Amino acid sequence: MSDEHAPATPPAAAETASEPTDRQHLLRIGIIWIVLSLIAMPLVYFVWGPHFPPGNGSDQAASQQHDNAVLATIAVPVFLFIWVYLGYALVNWRIRSDTPVSELPDGPPVRGHIGFQTTWLIVTSLTVLSLFVYGTAELVKTSGAGTGSGGAPIWTPAGYSSNLTKSKLLQVQVIGQQWRWTFRYPQYGGVETSQLLLPVGQAVQFNVTSLDVIHSFWAIDLGVKADANPGNNNIAFVTPNRLQLINIRCAELCGIYHGSMATNGQVVSHADFDRWIVTQVVLHARLIPQLPPYEDYYLPQTDGGYYDPGTNPLPPVDTGLAPPSPTPSSGQ
Amino acid sequence: MSRPARATAVAVAAVAVVAVAVGVFIYLIAYPPTVAAASTGSGEANITLQTVPAYGLEPHPTWVSYMIKNQSGQWEHTTMFQVPAHSLVHFTIYQFDTGSPLRNPFMNEVSGTVGGVEILNGQPTRIVDGAAGNGIGHSFAIPAMNVSVVLPGVDPNAKNPCSTPAPCSTSFDHNEVQFTIRTGAPGTFVWQCFVPCALGYPLGFGGPMSTLGYMNGFMKVVA
Repeated sequence: MSDEHAPATPPAAAETASEPTDRQHLLRIGIIWIVLSLIAMPLVYFVWGPHFPPGNGSDQAASQQHDNAVLATIAVPVFLFIWVYLGYALVNWRIRSDTPVSELPDGPPVRGHIGFQTTWLIVTSLTVLSLFVYGTAELVKTSGAGTGSGGAPIWTPAGYSSNLTKSKLLQVQVIGQQWRWTFRYPQYGGVETSQLLLPVGQAVQFNVTSLDVIHSFWAIDLGVKADANPGNNNIAFVTPNRLQLINIRCAELCGIYHGSMATNGQVVSHADFDRWIVTQVVLHARLIPQLPPYEDYYLPQTDGGYYDPGTNPLPPVDTGLAPPSPTPSSGQ
Repeated sequence: MSRPARATAVAVAAVAVVAVAVGVFIYLIAYPPTVAAASTGSGEANITLQTVPAYGLEPHPTWVSYMIKNQSGQWEHTTMFQVPAHSLVHFTIYQFDTGSPLRNPFMNEVSGTVGGVEILNGQPTRIVDGAAGNGIGHSFAIPAMNVSVVLPGVDPNAKNPCSTPAPCSTSFDHNEVQFTIRTGAPGTFVWQCFVPCALGYPLGFGGPMSTLGYMNGFMKVVA
């Protein structure tokens, strides 16, 4: 009698039997994650990546853009795993609102799980080490990737020499001062200008310094950023690879008008650069003798100026130096 | 404490907090007055400034400062002025301070003015050697427009230097600098002095060099 009324299987047991196992949950999550990653990763690298900053206005900028695309692509599966897991958990493992707190279940502890810990350590270590090797290779390949490398850079492009007269790079001294940028061309008699012009395809050595506080020279479109420190020379290399305008900003809070410490530069053809620099030398011929002799950096004098004509003989206006010959960039 | 007393205390505290907040807000958004350049007709305008060696009045009587003459002929302690767009603007600056070298002698040379010169005491001038003679007292520069004009220093042994509170009368020893710039599209442009003239401040660029209304300001170009 009692057997007739009793169900063949208790309801709770039937529910348990129809629920997926942990392994099945993991499999579902894994499949969703892999499919979404396979779709999103190429989209990020090939569609979004070419629009990443800082663009491809120089070999160094292009390298930075590529690195940003690679890092973003690597980050896609990490990002997706977190959201897929979260979404899956929200849909499948929600607790009913009428469940008493005392009955809320907890997941199994992972403490002491050797397999999990070993996998975690191996994966994270390999990730960090791989990125370290990749990042170092990218820095070497682009001679510092457009960043300031101090006064004695380790990775230098072809044609570099610490002796300015022997260097085949176009030397440009970037001088930060509250609150504007000026530029000196030591291979052209030390002429100083308020404009930055560079010839396309020419390897350039920026020698960045400051006359007062710390600034940061940021040639956005060229992917160059180098701190301008008073009493120091900070070298950065770049090879602009197309005709373009260059947006230049200060990237270090340097006082009340830091926000207006901006200017524009231009990458022009070699012929246009040659014409422009000769014009500058002629235009400023009377000013050049009043400038201090070219140095890596300049220090304040007690009279408020940055050199003392009484102790530093005025430099001759020497425009006879041959302009630097174009050198192939390290990336070419 | 009774309930009404507590309510009153809370209300008073709230009013005090709001008052302080409003005071700070008003202080932070306060600008010196803006002086409009005098129109000369035919789309041109005149503006007149002076530099004084010491403002002479509170809150910073020892600070060097610019002043601007308004259209009534009164000197105002401000560094904000307004000029018309796409116009020739004629500047006159009376310079009463002594000089020193420029931090960067590149700015010994005039730039960005019509003709590339300034008229210094009646003489067209392109370069002033800041390390010679009386040096350079101050400069007037609008970096975004590549305008840079030097204001040579007054002889430190001048017999009749301006030593009164601002403004200085032109009867005192001074240099007169005139120049013209051509404005472009409307906008607001920072202008400043590039001589490290803030004595007693780090690198000469604190105090009046970093305070609106003294050695820097804004030029508003309006349609």
